[in-house]
Amino acid sequence: MECPVDLSALTLFSPISRTASSSPPFSDNNDLIRAVPWYKTVASLNLWDPSSLDAVLISSPWALLGLPFLTRKPGFSKSTMIYATEPTVRLGRLMMEELVSMHMEYVRYYGSDKKSGLPDWMNWTELERLQMEWKKIVLGEEKEELNGWMPLYSAGDIKDCIDKIQPLRLGEEACFNGILVIKALSSGLEIGSCNWSIKSPKGSLVYLSSSVFGSAHAMEFDYLPLRGQDIVIFSDFSSLSSMDSDEEITNQCVLRYFIFSLPFLFYNSWVEKNGESEDQSVQKLTGADEIEDEAEKIHFILSCIVDSVKEGGSVLIPSGRYGVIFTLLEHICDFLGSLNIKVPIYIISEATQEILSLTNSLPEWLCKQRQEKLFSGEVLFRHVELIKEGKVTVYPFLYSSDLLEKWKEPCIVISPHWSLRLGSAVQLLRRWHADPKSLLILEEGVHAELALMPFKPVKMKVLQCSFLSGIQMKKVNPLFETLLPKLILLPESLRSRCPIKESELYKIFYYSKNVTTHIPSLKEKLEAYLANDLASQLQPTIFPEKNIAAARLKGKLLLRKGVYFLDLPDKPLNMSIKPSLHWGNVDPTSLLQVLNEKKIDGSILHYENSDFCVRVTKPAEGLIEVKSNKIMISCEDEICSALICEALKSICNRI
Amino acid sequence: MAIECLILGAGQEVGKSCVVAKIGGKQIMFDCGMHMGYSDHRAFPDFSLISPSDISCVVITHFHLDHIGALPYFTEVCGYNGPIYMTYPTKALAPLMLKDYHKIMVDKRGLEEQYSCEHILQCMDKVIPIDIKQTIQVDKDLQIRAYYAGHVIGAAMIYAQAGEETMVYTGDYNMTPDRHLGAAQIDRLQLDLLITESTYATTIRDSKYSREREFLKAVHTCVAAGGKVLIPTFALGRAQRDNSSFFEGLTLQANMYYKMLIGWTSQKIKESYTVRNPFDFKHVCPFERSMINAPGPCILFATPGMLGGGFSLEVFKQWAPSDKNLIALPGYCIAGTVGHKLMSGKPTRVDLEDTQIDVKCQIHQLAFSPHTDSKGIMDLVEFLSPKHVILVHGEKPKMASLKQRIESELGIPCQYPANHETALIPTTKDPKIVASKTFIKNCTSEFNGDERIAEGILIMEKGQNAKFVSEEEFLETIGIEGNAVNAVTFTQCLSLPNKIVSLETEDMILALEKELKKSIKFRKFEISKDCIKLDSITIRICSNNKSCNFGKDEDAEEMAMHLCCSWSIRDDEMARICLSVVKNMESTV
Repeated sequence: MECPVDLSALTLFSPISRTASSSPPFSDNNDLIRAVPWYKTVASLNLWDPSSLDAVLISSPWALLGLPFLTRKPGFSKSTMIYATEPTVRLGRLMMEELVSMHMEYVRYYGSDKKSGLPDWMNWTELERLQMEWKKIVLGEEKEELNGWMPLYSAGDIKDCIDKIQPLRLGEEACFNGILVIKALSSGLEIGSCNWSIKSPKGSLVYLSSSVFGSAHAMEFDYLPLRGQDIVIFSDFSSLSSMDSDEEITNQCVLRYFIFSLPFLFYNSWVEKNGESEDQSVQKLTGADEIEDEAEKIHFILSCIVDSVKEGGSVLIPSGRYGVIFTLLEHICDFLGSLNIKVPIYIISEATQEILSLTNSLPEWLCKQRQEKLFSGEVLFRHVELIKEGKVTVYPFLYSSDLLEKWKEPCIVISPHWSLRLGSAVQLLRRWHADPKSLLILEEGVHAELALMPFKPVKMKVLQCSFLSGIQMKKVNPLFETLLPKLILLPESLRSRCPIKESELYKIFYYSKNVTTHIPSLKEKLEAYLANDLASQLQPTIFPEKNIAAARLKGKLLLRKGVYFLDLPDKPLNMSIKPSLHWGNVDPTSLLQVLNEKKIDGSILHYENSDFCVRVTKPAEGLIEVKSNKIMISCEDEICSALICEALKSICNRI
Repeated sequence: MAIECLILGAGQEVGKSCVVAKIGGKQIMFDCGMHMGYSDHRAFPDFSLISPSDISCVVITHFHLDHIGALPYFTEVCGYNGPIYMTYPTKALAPLMLKDYHKIMVDKRGLEEQYSCEHILQCMDKVIPIDIKQTIQVDKDLQIRAYYAGHVIGAAMIYAQAGEETMVYTGDYNMTPDRHLGAAQIDRLQLDLLITESTYATTIRDSKYSREREFLKAVHTCVAAGGKVLIPTFALGRAQRDNSSFFEGLTLQANMYYKMLIGWTSQKIKESYTVRNPFDFKHVCPFERSMINAPGPCILFATPGMLGGGFSLEVFKQWAPSDKNLIALPGYCIAGTVGHKLMSGKPTRVDLEDTQIDVKCQIHQLAFSPHTDSKGIMDLVEFLSPKHVILVHGEKPKMASLKQRIESELGIPCQYPANHETALIPTTKDPKIVASKTFIKNCTSEFNGDERIAEGILIMEKGQNAKFVSEEEFLETIGIEGNAVNAVTFTQCLSLPNKIVSLETEDMILALEKELKKSIKFRKFEISKDCIKLDSITIRICSNNKSCNFGKDEDAEEMAMHLCCSWSIRDDEMARICLSVVKNMESTV
């Protein structure tokens, strides 16, 4: 890599796939696309030559979902390294497998793609028929995103993709090609999600993904090791997306959640904390307030759930955030238990069984409180016990015969999310959408109206809540002041919305999509180590006028863990070290004198300014031309020219 | 510069592992174990030889008492207050081991306690858990990293780097994979010192599976005949092999930890683990005291492993007199324990504190102790190729023979200091220099075989790191402008070799190149219409005798085709070779 701090390298990071899927088969009152869904990934995935990628870093299971699209491309090179944390790989794999398996429902319904080309809905005529807003989703703002759509990968693609990943442990240093030292550090968002620290001899870089200071499940945002690096790439878009979804909320990104029943029967904007901008800077970078806020939210959710259940309605919680859901599950059970309400809780998902066991065997990635459980001999997540006690039951499919036998309403169902287009959520919504007593709990950031479109009329209550999914805006400035990089890269979209304080301490650059940002070089000098054995061979010359010593040095140049190292060559070099740099003034008198000493006869031919010419007559014919920047020796006799050369060298400075 | 290693325990013996290494100005304590064979002051390392406040950190390799047993004493009684590191499983399982031991020694045998149960908890609270391969910055200049050691769950080898000095302390490790645990894994590190265990310094073991089969056969035979099997366990990793067995409290509890820590077992288990955890044993149930003399066969796992006391010894007293029963012993028993007595020949009678016990039962020695054998040690030493090796955790005569092998076969100096000795390991420090960016960029193209060669000038100035720069940058530093340098150039003219004189200019060049390539291999000549170049060496076909000296003395009117050669002084040697090639072309015709 010529310039490891070039931002084009950002494209190396998480190719995020937004699985905006299309219509379910049974809707009849809308114009959603009816076809086997394709999936939208990074549009420019098609534009790069995949073989030019050196490394790919994946920071969360969601960021892994689009990876098979990349790795299945014919040009994808075997030597491209893919790094991700162990939990990311394992959770991501389970999620992808679930996706593929649920996708089969569509394939079974429509039959597999007969044509090899683009599906019908991608025709321009078909696309033109779409509503403006949807068209924007398909094509992107600039209509360039159409080629980001791809047919889903197969189970085989997933396996190939997973095999290519090098899983990393927490804080493990992976060395890429000797030049980069790559390290994953917990970001606090979910189990296994991480930020990256990348160090090279030419500078260090931090890639900051969505990070959470205080988490009730995952290991907290480990930001201290990220201090003092050269560059921080801020790539936490969580605050942006929540701002996008609702223009009424002004520049402060705060906790917002509101209940609404479509079409907005009652709108209950809750907890607004816009007023506290003044004391922001005092905010310390701890997660205590976050945990408290989250607890408050969870309490609110619990009360909503209980209200519904008491009325005899069921509750559907589609979610892809396992850590949050498992924490919520513990609270639901406690709360229901304390109120002595007995309601069956089902988790319906193919992958859940494995994810449940997996999350219970990753203590290294959990928050302190849960690690304490390991040390005091308790299970990490209580779902293990809850399942054993029969309070929670797990089924792979809604149509599992066991489940059909035991099914009882009202009940609480946790299902995977997948934009309400795949899996059990679809059937359950169809069952409950018209029941005003039932409750649907959605995460913030989901386009609720569009998501619920096929289930109209929706009479069930909808609670949309934002779980903390990134760095709160008020903490961004204090964070930068702690990290103190030399340079910060922010997304262009953040520039207008949340002013980041320019500081004397660091420079700020903005980056935007598909534009390469050039970063000035930060280091002029590179650190290196000189092997002792080599150092002992040095023959320094002293230059008293400059008060320095200098020596010619020739050695094997190695890169070890991102540090240059000069060592003795294994094989002796073909030429021994000898001075080859000469400088200084040569004047005719002294030249003739040294020539004489070597028994060479010569005479000055002409003299102009400081240039002159010496004709040599003995021991052989020759000519020495001395110009201000060049000395030319012409002599047919080798020995003689070597002697002349020696003579010249002796009156020059050299090294 | 030197690394100083004070051996506080496990020097020329097995038991109370404890080494304090002074490295790069920092003091690290590796392990803080106790000796199971003693119950007096000899059980603990002699902490009076060090001052706890000088220790930068304590690192524990695994939860066995001979590696952690003295830790609560060191922190709570001696007052060590700094950081303590151990892996997650070690932190989870160590308190069980410590408490179990405490129970046996204090509650049952009534010995004077060195530390209380309260101390164990307070001590464990201070422990910072670490993950395998996680690089921990203890402070600005000291970093440590754990590597998988495979000995028991959570066992780690510790890499430490302070300043420029580096070392690895292995703790106990196993170089062959186990049914449940993987083999030790470590990166190829540049090490000044390797401190390795040497329990089996001279043993070479056969395949694990045949040994396991043999053992299982013995167990089955015994159970089929209605006998009882006692398997005293020490390493929790080996307690889970047979599917019909009873567990004593500790082991059962420990088994639950195993489920949460499955990520620390071998890759194979980890992958097979999807829904069913292999540590969910169907036939395992907790053991009650009343069952000791219940009729019928059973298999019991009980601690401690070497029958040094506690429940396993209690059961042993009951079961030993029957020849139907079977006692399995671990591969290694420390002197002073009943296990050790049973291993040294087959005694018919064992003296215990107050009673004598007739030993009629069968004794099977479990060979699969999860330590590496001598081949494993040699392999590790060879793989890491450290500058020095220190052996600990072994028996003196065997260590001596291993030292011989390491020094003669691998050429690495090796020592095995006794307890309370200090080994001084000299280290050399590679000086740090800075290199200019443009320079590094420019020197990436020169190769000597596979090696990348850098050539430049090192500028040394008082009080600063030496700078490695290119010649141009050097001249700038000493204040000489580029064109003031006297670039010495040679020119020499040669007549055309007869061989090619009749050819077209371009073919002449090709013919010259062909000839030159015969003598000068692996270099690429640059070719143009009338010129051939190698670095600064230029051989040009010239017909203009005004610009050069060729034939100056001869008839000036004549235009003789000739070769005009020039080169700078630095390529003088190579140029002479080229010239002689061209001259020889003439003579070979």
